[in-house]
Parts: sequence; C-alpha cells; structure tokens
Amino acid sequence: MTTLVQEQDDHDEHHAIPTGIKRWLYTTNHKDIGTLYLWFAFIMFLIGGAMAMVIRAELFQPGLQIVEPHFFNQMTTVHGLIMVFGAVMPAFTGLANWMIPLMIGAPDMALPRMNNLSFWILPFAFLILLMSLFMEGGGPAFGWTFYAPLSTTYSGDSTALFVFSVHIMGISSIMGAINVIVTIWNMRAPGMTWMKMPLFVWTWFITAFLLIAVMPVLAGVVTMVLTDKFFGTSFFDAAGGGDPVMFQHIFWFFGHPEVYIMILPAFGVISAIVPTFSRKKLFGYSSMVYATASIALLSFVVWAHHMFTTGMPVFGELFFMYCTMLISVPTGVKVFNWVATMWRGSISYEVPMLFAIAFIILFTIGGFSGLMLAITPADFQYHDTYFVVAHFHYVLVTGAIFSIIAGTYYWLPKWTGVMYDVTLARAHFWCSLISVNLLFFPMHFVGLAGMPRRIPDYSIQFADFNQWISIGGFAFGLSQLIFLALLIKACRKKGKPVDTQVWEGAEGLEWQVPSPAPYHTFDKPPEIK
Amino acid sequence: MSNHSDKYYVPAQSPWPIVGAFSLFLIALGAGTTVAKIHQSGDPGWGKIVLIIGIISVLLMMFGWFRDQVKESMSGMYNAQLGRSYRQGMIWFIFSEVMFFCAFFGALFYARILSVPWLGGADNNAMTHEVLWPAFEVIWPLIKTPDGTETTAMGWGGLPLINTLILLASSVTLHYAHVGLEKNKRTQLTLLLAATVAFGCVFLGLQVLEYMHAYQDMDLKLDSGIYGNTFYLLTGFHGMHVTMGTLFLIVMLLRVMKGHFSPDNHFAFQAASWYWHFVDVVWLGLFIFVYII
Repeated sequence: MTTLVQEQDDHDEHHAIPTGIKRWLYTTNHKDIGTLYLWFAFIMFLIGGAMAMVIRAELFQPGLQIVEPHFFNQMTTVHGLIMVFGAVMPAFTGLANWMIPLMIGAPDMALPRMNNLSFWILPFAFLILLMSLFMEGGGPAFGWTFYAPLSTTYSGDSTALFVFSVHIMGISSIMGAINVIVTIWNMRAPGMTWMKMPLFVWTWFITAFLLIAVMPVLAGVVTMVLTDKFFGTSFFDAAGGGDPVMFQHIFWFFGHPEVYIMILPAFGVISAIVPTFSRKKLFGYSSMVYATASIALLSFVVWAHHMFTTGMPVFGELFFMYCTMLISVPTGVKVFNWVATMWRGSISYEVPMLFAIAFIILFTIGGFSGLMLAITPADFQYHDTYFVVAHFHYVLVTGAIFSIIAGTYYWLPKWTGVMYDVTLARAHFWCSLISVNLLFFPMHFVGLAGMPRRIPDYSIQFADFNQWISIGGFAFGLSQLIFLALLIKACRKKGKPVDTQVWEGAEGLEWQVPSPAPYHTFDKPPEIK
Repeated sequence: MSNHSDKYYVPAQSPWPIVGAFSLFLIALGAGTTVAKIHQSGDPGWGKIVLIIGIISVLLMMFGWFRDQVKESMSGMYNAQLGRSYRQGMIWFIFSEVMFFCAFFGALFYARILSVPWLGGADNNAMTHEVLWPAFEVIWPLIKTPDGTETTAMGWGGLPLINTLILLASSVTLHYAHVGLEKNKRTQLTLLLAATVAFGCVFLGLQVLEYMHAYQDMDLKLDSGIYGNTFYLLTGFHGMHVTMGTLFLIVMLLRVMKGHFSPDNHFAFQAASWYWHFVDVVWLGLFIFVYII
C-alpha cells in the first residue's frame, strides 16, 4: 500500500481542474459535490438556526411580545423542515460523497452526473420552501410533521409549494441514496471485502436502503395532502371514509426510519474517530455492523410510538412499545463498543475526539429519554411537551450535528491540506458544549412539569427555565459563528500544512492519499491487504 | 480519456444535471403556484407557463443527457463494471417506485380494513358510529360515504379485464423481444417491441375511455370519497408510469431501428424492459385489490 502515493501522480490524462462557476455547476467530481453539499448544509443550518433564535426570543418571556402566533408556527415548522432535510441529511450526504470513494478506493461515485443532479435540486427545493414564507397567508405553519387536518383543512395555499418542494427534495435524496448503494456495492477496490469496509461506509450503505424505502412513502403522503387540500379527496377526512389518523401512520412509517437516516451515519463517523484517538482498533467491528443492520430493520416496525396518545388498539400500543425498547439493545451495543474501544487506549483529546466523546455521553442521554418516551403509559404524560423537544434535540443536535462537526474536524485537514485553527476549534467545542446543555437540558424539566411544545406562550412558572434555555440558545447560535470563521480560514488554506497521515493513529485508505486529497484519486484501484 | 474500456468511466463536466435541477425547480414552482392560484381565484396565472416551460426543459435535458450517454456507450467507453452500476441503479430506482405505490396501497388497505369499518362501529367504535354518522353503512366499494356522497363501483369485467390481458400480453411480447435481441434476431426484436409499444398505447387509450365512462356515466370521481380517491390515485399514478414506460419503449424502438444494441450490450433496453415488467406487476396488484376484491 506504500505505492499508493506514487500512483496518485499518474493522472495527467485527466483534464485540468476546471475553474470558475462552471466548475461547481457542471461538476461530476465527488469531492466538489461533497464540498457543495457540506457548504449548503452549513448555510441551511445557519438559516434554520436563525429561525430557532426567533422561537427562543419569543419564548424568553411568557406572553406574546415579538412575533404573531401564526408567524411563530411558521418558524417552528420551517426550522424543523430545514434542519432535517436541509442541514442534517445534506451534511451526511456531503460526508458520504467526500469520504466513501476515498474509503473504498473508488475513482468517484458510481453515477457522477446523477450525483450532481441530486445536489443541485436541493438549493432550488429550499428556495421554494423559503419563498413560500413570503406568500400571502404565510408559509407552512403546521409543524414539520404536517399532520392532517392542520395541513389540509386548516392550512394556507402555500401548502402546494411545500408539497412540491418536498417532492423534489425526495427525488434528490433517492438519487443520492441509489448512488451510495451502487458505489459501495460495485466500486470497492479489489480486496475491500464487505467486512473490511470502514464503519462509516457500512452505516451509509444501510442508511441508503432506508432512504430509498421511505422517501417514496413521504412523496406519497404529501401527494395525499395535496389532493385532500386542493382536489377534494378525503384520505384524511372521516366524512369521506378516510381517517386523519391514517396520515400519522403513513407519515411516521416514513418518519421513524427517517430519524435513523439522520443518526446511523453519525455512528459511522464516531466509529472512525474514537479508534483513531484511542490508538486502538475499534472494539467489536462485526457487532457494530450487525447492530446497525438491526436498528435499520427495527426502525420499520416502531413508527406508531409517535402516536401513543392518538389512539390505537391496546395490542398495537404494546407491540410498538416493546419493539421500540428493543432498539435500545443494538444501540447499547454501539455505545458499549465505543467505550470499550477507549478502555485502556492511549487517548489524546484532539478536537474531533472532544466532539466524539461529547457525542457518546450526550447521545446516550438522548437515548435514555427516548426509552422513557417509549413506555406507553408514561408517554401519555410526556407527549407533546418540551420533554420530547429535549429528547430529539439531544439525539439530533448533540447526536447528529455533533458527529457532523466531529467528522468535519477529523477530515478537514485531508480536504484542505492545512490544519485548522486549533484554538478556535477548542473555543468552538467548549462554547458549544456548555451552551447546548444550557439550551436543552432544562427542557427536560419544563417538559416533565407539563409545558407544551409548539406554543408561543407559557405559564408564568416556566419563566425562569425558559430564560436560561433562551440564553443557551443564543449562545449556541453564536458559537457556530466561531465554526464559520474557522471553516473560512481553513478553506483559504491558512494554517500549517499537514502530511498524508494527519492523525497519528488514523487507519484507512483516505489517509494514504496526499493532503489535500488530489482532485482525482484511485484512478487505478489500490490493493488492499 | 479514450481507449480505457478496462477503466471505470468517470464523465467529464456535464451541463445536463444543473439544467435538470433548474427544470425541476420550474416544475415544482409552476405546479405549486398553479394549484395554489386555482384554489384562490380559479386562474392559474403565471404558474401554468412556468410549469410548461419546466416540463419542456426537463424533456430537453433528458434528450441531451441520454444522447451524450448513447454516444459514450456506442463509442465503447463503458466497461462491464459501469454496466453493473447502471443495472443496479435501475433496480433500486424501481424499488423506490414500488415503495411509492406501497404508500397508496397502504392507504387503500387502511381504509378498507380499519377506517371504514371503524366508522361503522367496528371494534370499540360503537359510539363513533352512533354520534357521528348513525346512518352510515359499511360496504366496500364505499359507494356512499358517511357524509352522503354517492357513487358507483367500477366492475372488473369489460375494460379493466381487457386492459389486464393487454398488459400481460405486452409483458410476454417484450420478453420475447428481449430474447430476440439476445439471440441477435433483429426482426423478432423489432416486431415484438413494436407490438409492445402498440399494446401500451392501446392500454392508455382504454384507460382514458374508462375514466370518461366513470366520470360521465357512473359518477365515480376523484372526490367521491375514499373509494374514488384510492381508485383514481392508484390507477392514475399507474397510468402515468405506463405513459413513461411507453415513451421509454418508443425510444428503445427508435434505437433498435437505428441498429443500436448488441446481444451483450443493451443496458437501456434491459432497463426499459424491467420498468415495463414492474408496471405490469403493479397493474396485477391493482386489478386484484382495486377492481376484483
């Protein structure tokens, strides 16, 4: 494998790297497309974050002061949609684009032109979604889950734009997922057998199957919303023989695998970082693979745990409760393996490792609150309170987003060829860590005390906690500007050049190509021993 | 980049993806605006124009993109590995289409097995029935909805049965066209492929007749309650897929007549054939669960 670096120089047959705007518009290069995805996700993260700031500003005090309730509803809705479909999913797709071909020794993604199409759909889709906010009557205001009849009988006309923008987002995700599956299935270098693949590749492979299985279902359910609202059908209207509860079943059949779509790649990132900085092999590699697959399979039979209070036969409630709890077994396997990897390792606390450790602890907190929510009788108390908000922000912000940040710090030197500003990075970590807990931890308390989610006003007894939460929110938002500054600096290649290996304990093909990674890598497949 | 058929072909820059993304933007924006504006004032306004431009440009994009690909394929730039990529990509695309239909079949089964019986008081819903619509009677097809909209059920004999036979026959002709291609019997290939296209067109024509009959004579409309909803969305989306499949096959027919494809290099034909068989299988599901049972 030491011959790899020489082989990289042998790419004179390629055209020169294109320049200017055409490079980005016409690109077929997985690294370019990965970069586009990552920047797009970060910009959407800031936009969605700004909406969260509006929400927290309004909730700083009880009573209505800053925004109208209808606008508040639009903010909670579009914040959710942007963070799920515009920030977390594209960020992971960006990491997949950059890293999967490097990790499996492929020259590019399997279908490079379709890859570019999947990316460029996204900015347009979100342009439509954001434009709908300025329509007469406002944008979507029914929550990111768009439950009927809120999204049918009681929604504005901009729902049509919402529906079609979700349609094209779905097209983008499906094409991206097909590309990932085909790349991994068909493009591995000789010797890269299934059980030698890095876990990031494995987790994305499984995630891609979830995507192609459930994104079409989302397309179906938004279509039914469209026809119910505009064409007189009654899928979600009992008067015509339908049922609003049916909306929730179809939506969550998509929605629950969707939350694993947002967390499985995170497991892959953490499984790459922890061994590197513990200077040990990952503990229990094959159990990690099987755990990921089990989580993915179980994710199809737990959807109704989002609907315990909606009403379903008792047998259904029990079935979904037990299946949900079963998921904590493979998830526990994963957390155990990460901890066991660190056990007696020579740990060093570089920034990616800091975020990875924070991930393990804070994601586990989110996992435990999820277990509480899975208990049907208890859920009747927690449902639709801030406890739920605390739960899913622990798994999505300190889970998914922290792992994306960790992965960015881990691979950024490989992408840019320079070490980022470590002082800024550490500042970013500590500011984020403290503020994110100030932001989300007290939500558990106000939630257990009964503060409902998605309401712009609250009872006076929640005022103190909400002020702390809002302060945490603003601080977390501002902390991300440190990250922005750091990224701009790194992309302008300000920093100490790094060598091929970058991190002392890192293993894998991506650490055998030069830093920055050349525009074209693995023209000839590497040999894997 | 030539003479490397042993190497995986990574295309150079291409304008088509961004054209495609922009066309989809126009379609989504145009369709959304059209629907919203018709709902507001009955007039689609500029939305319709944007939608039409979007559809035209997406067709142009596909034409340009596939033309590039045909050229690359014909000049031998593709190796066996790339062929596998395309095949796997097509298989998973079809799988995603299957899941799309699953959503609507799911709605159909939910209505039949759960929501309609519940409205009639099944399980522990006696009070629902008593309080909401005590006169409601559970029957399927639901020809009278709880709020009193009446319609007629579509039988399975006549046009639907003929259409089923046509689609089944078309799958057989397409299969033997494929066999002809693999054995390099070009006449068999051309004639049977042409027959398949003809079957597809006849199917679509009969489907239009069936819709007209349903709307004009049977009072079975899109908004006729959950039976009409599932009937039209399932058969309608299936019809859209048959339309796409027929267009796909027409393009294949034109390419066959130009002498494209060889016994061991015909991904596009294979993909069209898989797509057509998929559409056929969906129809069988439809025929059983929407029409017969």
